[in-house]
Amino acid sequence: MRSEILLIILGMAAATFFTRFACLALFNRSGVPDWLKKWLKHVPTAILASLIAPALLLPGGSLDFSPDNHYLLAGCVTAVTAYKTRSVIATIALGLAVMFALRWFGV
Amino acid sequence: MSTARTVSNLNIEAVPEFRAGVRDSLPVIVGIVPFGLACGIMGVTVGLTPLETVLMSALVFAGAAQFAAITMLGVGPVGWGMIVLTTLLINLRHLLMGASLAPYMSRLPVSVKALLAFGMVDETYALTMDRVRQKGYDAGYQLGSNLSFYVVWVTSTAAGAHLGERIANPLAWGLDFAMPAMFLALLVPRLTDRTGVTVCAIAAVVAVLGALYLPGKWYIIIACLAASVAGGLLEGKNDAQ
Repeated sequence: MRSEILLIILGMAAATFFTRFACLALFNRSGVPDWLKKWLKHVPTAILASLIAPALLLPGGSLDFSPDNHYLLAGCVTAVTAYKTRSVIATIALGLAVMFALRWFGV
Repeated sequence: MSTARTVSNLNIEAVPEFRAGVRDSLPVIVGIVPFGLACGIMGVTVGLTPLETVLMSALVFAGAAQFAAITMLGVGPVGWGMIVLTTLLINLRHLLMGASLAPYMSRLPVSVKALLAFGMVDETYALTMDRVRQKGYDAGYQLGSNLSFYVVWVTSTAAGAHLGERIANPLAWGLDFAMPAMFLALLVPRLTDRTGVTVCAIAAVVAVLGALYLPGKWYIIIACLAASVAGGLLEGKNDAQ
């Protein structure tokens, strides 16, 4: 086990436990302030979008809007599937199938 | 004394409730198996050993954060502080869940609170709150649900890591696309109103600009903060109208 990876895992474990335990330890009967709720509500959308966009638009490190960008093409199909089916399994399966097809046939 | 009594009460009286927690979790658990498998495969794909991959699932037990960390490790060398900060941001939503459960758990000893907090993920939280809605809070029920999800998450990660080792060159197959595909499947259903779409657009633009012009992985944190704060402000404005 590399010590750098172990440090990452332990740090992640501590950060995760903190977010799960902090409110149980701090708040007993009072709630979270409204402004905090409003902010936290949008964190999942923000983090997902900020992970997805560079993965699809900058696969090689620079902006690529060309049809050779398989990640962008497969990403568009995947987004439509997600919208139509609302199924995580179907979305990943079809997305990967499109990606394999693009790789194999070199469209 | 009171701690010991509460714990022994948990042992004796909580068994049927523990079983109910396990039983109610089973249908939902099927849904996390593919994620566990994907997590194991991706961990090995970006160069973690199977042991490191499984240890991450066993100690962190947070799917979204683990996928983000694995993505960051896959793109290149990255400092541990950056990954821990991203984990913290992704898991901030747990603060809200903890806050809503806190009133029901206020009488439990700190050690039991800590144990139950470790196992609080999106699904077990939802099941526990549903039980609160129907019959009231029960720690045994929550433990049953937490433990079922934990065991399945760790075993399916191990199975995925085992599979991943058998695929010669996962990147040539485009297997790394599994990550953005899964994130898209989670993101799209969240875009139900204008604020959600705006938050998504701001995050995407800031992340792409940041990835182009900022060092390291700062773009994830900066884009997430900018977009979520903007979302909070937009929401406040709508409420006032």
